[in-house]
Amino acid sequence: MTTAKNQTVARAPAAPATRSALASALLNRRLWLGVLGWTLALVIFFPIFWMIVTGFKTEAEAIADPSLIFSPTLENYAEVQSRAGYAKFALNSVVVAFGSTLLALLIAIPAAYSMAFLPTKRTKGTLLWMLSTKMLPPVGVLVPIYLLFRDTGLLDTRTGLVIVYTLMNLPIVVWMLYTFFKDMPKDILEAGRMDGAGTLQEVIYLLLPLTLPGIASTGLLAVILSWNEAFWSLNLTSSQAAPLTAYIASFSSPEGLFWAKLSAASTMAIAPILIFGWLTQKQMVRGLTFGAVK
Amino acid sequence: MATLELKQITKSFDDTHVIKGVDLEVNDREFVVFVGPSGCGKSTLMRMIAGLESATSGDILIDGQRMNEVGPADRGLAMVFQSYALYPHMTVEDNMGFSMRLAGVSKDKRREKVLEAAKILQLEPLLDRKPKALSGGQRQRVAIGRAIVRNPSIFLFDEPLSNLDAALRVQMRIELARLHEELDATMIYVTHDQIEAMTMADKIVVLQGGEVEQVGSPMGLYHHPRNRFVAGFIGSPKMNFIAVEQVSSDAEGVTIKLPGGETRQVPIDGSGHAGGGALELGVRPEHLVLDEQGPMEGRIQVLERLGGQTSLYVQMGDSLLTIMADGDVAYRVNDSVRFGFSSDRAHLFDAEGLSLPKLHRHPLAGLRRQDNRAPSDTVGQ
Repeated sequence: MTTAKNQTVARAPAAPATRSALASALLNRRLWLGVLGWTLALVIFFPIFWMIVTGFKTEAEAIADPSLIFSPTLENYAEVQSRAGYAKFALNSVVVAFGSTLLALLIAIPAAYSMAFLPTKRTKGTLLWMLSTKMLPPVGVLVPIYLLFRDTGLLDTRTGLVIVYTLMNLPIVVWMLYTFFKDMPKDILEAGRMDGAGTLQEVIYLLLPLTLPGIASTGLLAVILSWNEAFWSLNLTSSQAAPLTAYIASFSSPEGLFWAKLSAASTMAIAPILIFGWLTQKQMVRGLTFGAVK
Repeated sequence: MATLELKQITKSFDDTHVIKGVDLEVNDREFVVFVGPSGCGKSTLMRMIAGLESATSGDILIDGQRMNEVGPADRGLAMVFQSYALYPHMTVEDNMGFSMRLAGVSKDKRREKVLEAAKILQLEPLLDRKPKALSGGQRQRVAIGRAIVRNPSIFLFDEPLSNLDAALRVQMRIELARLHEELDATMIYVTHDQIEAMTMADKIVVLQGGEVEQVGSPMGLYHHPRNRFVAGFIGSPKMNFIAVEQVSSDAEGVTIKLPGGETRQVPIDGSGHAGGGALELGVRPEHLVLDEQGPMEGRIQVLERLGGQTSLYVQMGDSLLTIMADGDVAYRVNDSVRFGFSSDRAHLFDAEGLSLPKLHRHPLAGLRRQDNRAPSDTVGQ
């Protein structure tokens, strides 16, 4: 007890020393957090990294002992390209992902507007119910949807996929837009109403520009989810409307042992969305933390 | 020309009755202030006039026309919000011109009108800025400018000064009064600050619990409050209330027995209060007078010296009274003081809190704010 007291007394004049000790402790903490962060990121990214590397190996090297020392080759890419038209699948992916996202936003913006600004007693319940549909395994509705698509001629069409992806993403899109709209100060919309804005003008001139970061990040998420979707695309398309997920799958079954070619095909399939995600990363983070940092 | 009339307006949210039957007339070019404690319904009442909230029952008439079913933009009103509610993504010019843009007014015409309003409010150098780059007072002026541009018949202000600091609030108060003169428009102003009400209003509407307690001129409410609530709400610091007993009442006034046992006569009509017995004497802090021969005595609890004036908080029995005294009084905390009151300025309240009528009406009770002008200005009015 006495020693502790003496120490405090002795240390008191040496404040700068204490401060620098504190600073170095903070630095240490940041260093360790940095190391932890990078380790986690590498662990998560490693499979993708390995896939990209494997795509540049020969088949023999791909199944041999894992090694990072090899002579890179583009032969897998050439062969994959010659066997199946990558461009056609990629175009399908782009059309379906962006088409379904646009359609979902068009439906979700009015829905979220009414829920955020004209709520009723059942609004909360409706939102939860919409989200609960995401808990149902998709395979549970595969047969009815397949039959519906067969009878309406939507099988293997882009339109069909757009409809399915729109429905699949709507709950998330409505929910996200709802939270962004809720953060918008009501006074601004009322000022608009006093200035003579009808509902449509209110949305176009005030709501959309002011919640654009949120809408953008919602849209980006919907694009990514649609792009990566495989279950419905494999079951509802075959040749005409098949997107890149189906393209990867077409390599996996007959050529399951050809790791290098499969890797090359997968790399080509995920590259666009990876680059897209990288470019829009700033926008995504900004949108997803919109409410928190306001 | 713009008059407003409310007839038996009510508003209920589910089972909560927020406004319980309000009748009110607002004359052309009048500056009317709705004042009351928070939750009294004053903002809801204004939002109903604006059309942002619908009335549950009753009529809203503007210039004699029923407006209940007319949209907010078509009532010929403009509103200044407490939060300013500027459009953050637009420049000051676009903010002010937004209503005209929606109405399809040409760009040149828009600019002309915006410049006109900007000139009145000294906003010209700020027209290209976004609201983010403005100070609180500047934002406030832009919000007012946005209202002016619409050329409304009635301006609505919803606690417009409450986000400003004290010095700026005084300055904007003066500016708003000047603007009222300059624009010659009808204005309705909501505030919880009785000083804003007293300084700016031609007519004050005191609200409590969704009902109108009293309507009148600032000096009328100050000198002739209808009940204990209005008496306590108008005037700063608050009126003191002292329990007294009625001894007798005649044509000269009511004779009351004060807590110390002494009696005094106040010029108030006691004929309506036949029962006699317990009453409450209401005296404003500025009308309590330190006096060594005074009828009442108390002990000083706190002493606040403001320089020009000193506020004494004096404990007398169970009640803590406030006395506004001269800045140089020599008292200290715990000193015992004797004091009296000017009986002309005293009020009496019965057990229900209603005030007994005074025998004489105060000469300034009917004064409007415009009447403060020099006589030469008002010739011909």
